[in-house]
Amino acid sequence: MAGSLGKRWRSEVFAWGLLAPSLLFLAVFTFYPIWITGVQSFYTKNLAVREPVFAGADNYSQLFSDSLFHKVLINNFWYMLGTVPGALALGLIFALFANRALKLRGFVRVSFFYPNVIPMIALANVWLFIYTPEYGLLSRLTDMIGAGHTAWLGSEKWVMPALVVMMVWKEAGYFMIFYLAGLQNIPNDLYEAAQVDGVGKWRVFWRITFPLLMPTTLFVLVVALTNAFKTIDQLFIMTQGGPNNASNLLLYYIYQQAFSYWDFGAAAAATIVMIAFMLLITVLQFVGMDRKIHYR
Amino acid sequence: MKKTMATSLVLTTIAVVGAGCGSNGEGGKEATPAAASVEASGAPSASAGTEKVELTFYYPIQVGGPLTATIESMAEQFTKENPNIVVKPVYTGSYGDTTLKTQAAVAGGNSPDVAVLLAADLFSFMDMDSIVPLDEFIAQDGDDGFLDDFYPAFLENSQVEGKTYSLPFQRSTVVLYYNKDAFKEVGLDPEQPPATWDELAKSAKQLTNEDRWGIEIPSSAPTSATWMFSGFAIQNGKNLMSQDGKEVYFDTPENEEALQFWVDLSKKDKAMPENVIEWATTPSDFLEQKTAMMFHTTGNLANIRQNAKFDFGVAMLPQNKQFGSPTGGGNLYIFKDIGKERQEAAWKFVKFMTDPERAAQWSIDTGYVGVRKSSYETEAMKQYTEQFPAALVARDQLAYAKGELSTHNNGKVTAALNDAIQAALYGKVTPAEALKGAQTEADKALASFK
Repeated sequence: MAGSLGKRWRSEVFAWGLLAPSLLFLAVFTFYPIWITGVQSFYTKNLAVREPVFAGADNYSQLFSDSLFHKVLINNFWYMLGTVPGALALGLIFALFANRALKLRGFVRVSFFYPNVIPMIALANVWLFIYTPEYGLLSRLTDMIGAGHTAWLGSEKWVMPALVVMMVWKEAGYFMIFYLAGLQNIPNDLYEAAQVDGVGKWRVFWRITFPLLMPTTLFVLVVALTNAFKTIDQLFIMTQGGPNNASNLLLYYIYQQAFSYWDFGAAAAATIVMIAFMLLITVLQFVGMDRKIHYR
Repeated sequence: MKKTMATSLVLTTIAVVGAGCGSNGEGGKEATPAAASVEASGAPSASAGTEKVELTFYYPIQVGGPLTATIESMAEQFTKENPNIVVKPVYTGSYGDTTLKTQAAVAGGNSPDVAVLLAADLFSFMDMDSIVPLDEFIAQDGDDGFLDDFYPAFLENSQVEGKTYSLPFQRSTVVLYYNKDAFKEVGLDPEQPPATWDELAKSAKQLTNEDRWGIEIPSSAPTSATWMFSGFAIQNGKNLMSQDGKEVYFDTPENEEALQFWVDLSKKDKAMPENVIEWATTPSDFLEQKTAMMFHTTGNLANIRQNAKFDFGVAMLPQNKQFGSPTGGGNLYIFKDIGKERQEAAWKFVKFMTDPERAAQWSIDTGYVGVRKSSYETEAMKQYTEQFPAALVARDQLAYAKGELSTHNNGKVTAALNDAIQAALYGKVTPAEALKGAQTEADKALASFK
């Protein structure tokens, strides 16, 4: 009894010992800053008020009555709805294709993956050229087919779809890698059994491949959802959130509050809202979907 | 994600300071040859016993050309003349980046000594308590006429309540660039650019065809829309804000008329693209002859001059009630938390950077306006303007120019107007509604400063 307790205690210490370094970093660089941000969100600190003054929930009530904040949330919702399913589906299709293609397999994989290796800033500049009105690549194409040209990034209607397309293109290759790994983990005998029974390809995909890829899909989904909130580099290069805030996203809004308007109280409150939002998504993901997934 | 969030806000400051240090290091590296040679030539005086002061100088570059080299050679030249002061120029990106790095450095107790920052950000730096007024230094020199040599339109964004906080360095106004070949092609007199709003609209319409817009006026965020609109507002009677930066006048009937005119150029006359026009691509559109005219900064003059494959002209902005343009660009600021001795040294450097010869040279190299009247009396400038009279247009326009939009809480006030202008240009709201909304927003942002 005492022996097993001692053993348990030892393994407990060992486990905490292993966790300690990363816990330390999490504490210093994650939990402590979140705590400070939380505290700041209840104080007013901006250009007019240099020393922080306690303000209760003022920052939050101002935030929720700010029409720009509403717009930014709605924008971010559409952005998420555009990029997440698109990138996931395309990533899966790439993976299925790259898994089959026997000739030039390496070439196919590399060409699907390379957008992900290029830094976002560089890509944003490339796509800035593609979307340039009049003499940009896309405008020339539409010109050739007689569709006239649109200022993709200068139009409230088109700026979001334009950014979504770019993001899907960039992310699909990354998700392909995970799906490829997932595909290779599916035992071949399942497919052989299906073949023996004469099951159609479509049915094989929906009954074997897709369900067995669910763990991968869950992981990729979390990554994609969070990316939809945290990847904003392209906004700095391509739109600055414009025109008329049509491409302004939550994290960019926070940046503007903090470093364009120097309103740290408002920025902290918006940050807390974002953290709460992200936590909610993660929790829903893990709790809600855990049950339906076929882990082996 | 949580980690990203945390880093994004609270730790961005640290990251930015880190980045600042990074570029500090790089700047140091780049400057090494200069510094080394300076040390060699300055060695005798150093051994004479005086202690060396090392100044950190943040500067942005906003226009094309190899200007880091020019800045570094100026700093080197300064040390030759003042062997006890070594200036370390640190290139800090755009104006926005420079402001950010400066503020992060000040907050981290590692303030630069002197910096080129947007003239319009004066109130922000005052409110953050990071800069010092220069009056004491000016008085110390005993030269009462010192400020009179600077163009008053430039000083408008430097002075608040009788104090002068910065000296003009790289300053500009908005001018009208026009393609003379296109003018000839449609039967307009290339020597008679439009001088009134009516003429502007008329010729823009005339110049528009399948492959070419009549005119482009940039309207992208964060500041081109408001800068351009300041021009229209001044031409229609009155600037957008009070000198003390506590009040703005957005929703006046004159401004509604001005915004309507701008909107009509695209919606009614179909002579300008209907979307938001990007600041950075407007000059390329002009060079590619996708637009026959454009409103843009004089700071782009050197670029256009070198790259235009057609005959072009430069003119003052057309008038309505009067001529007018906002000024723009960056001023030299001296920081507060650096101690008296360094401030004195920084003042010497600031004076050096704005002396007439240097102002002339900087103007010729960049296209910015020479900030002092006497800079136009220098040999170099006389020669340059003789060869290239277009360079004088911006200076002549200064007689009608006013300070650009600059208030307390400048970021929010400017964003309010920017969003309103963009919404009106889209036709989503009428100019009157847009400006009313902007006025309300701006009043809210300014309330706590009154």
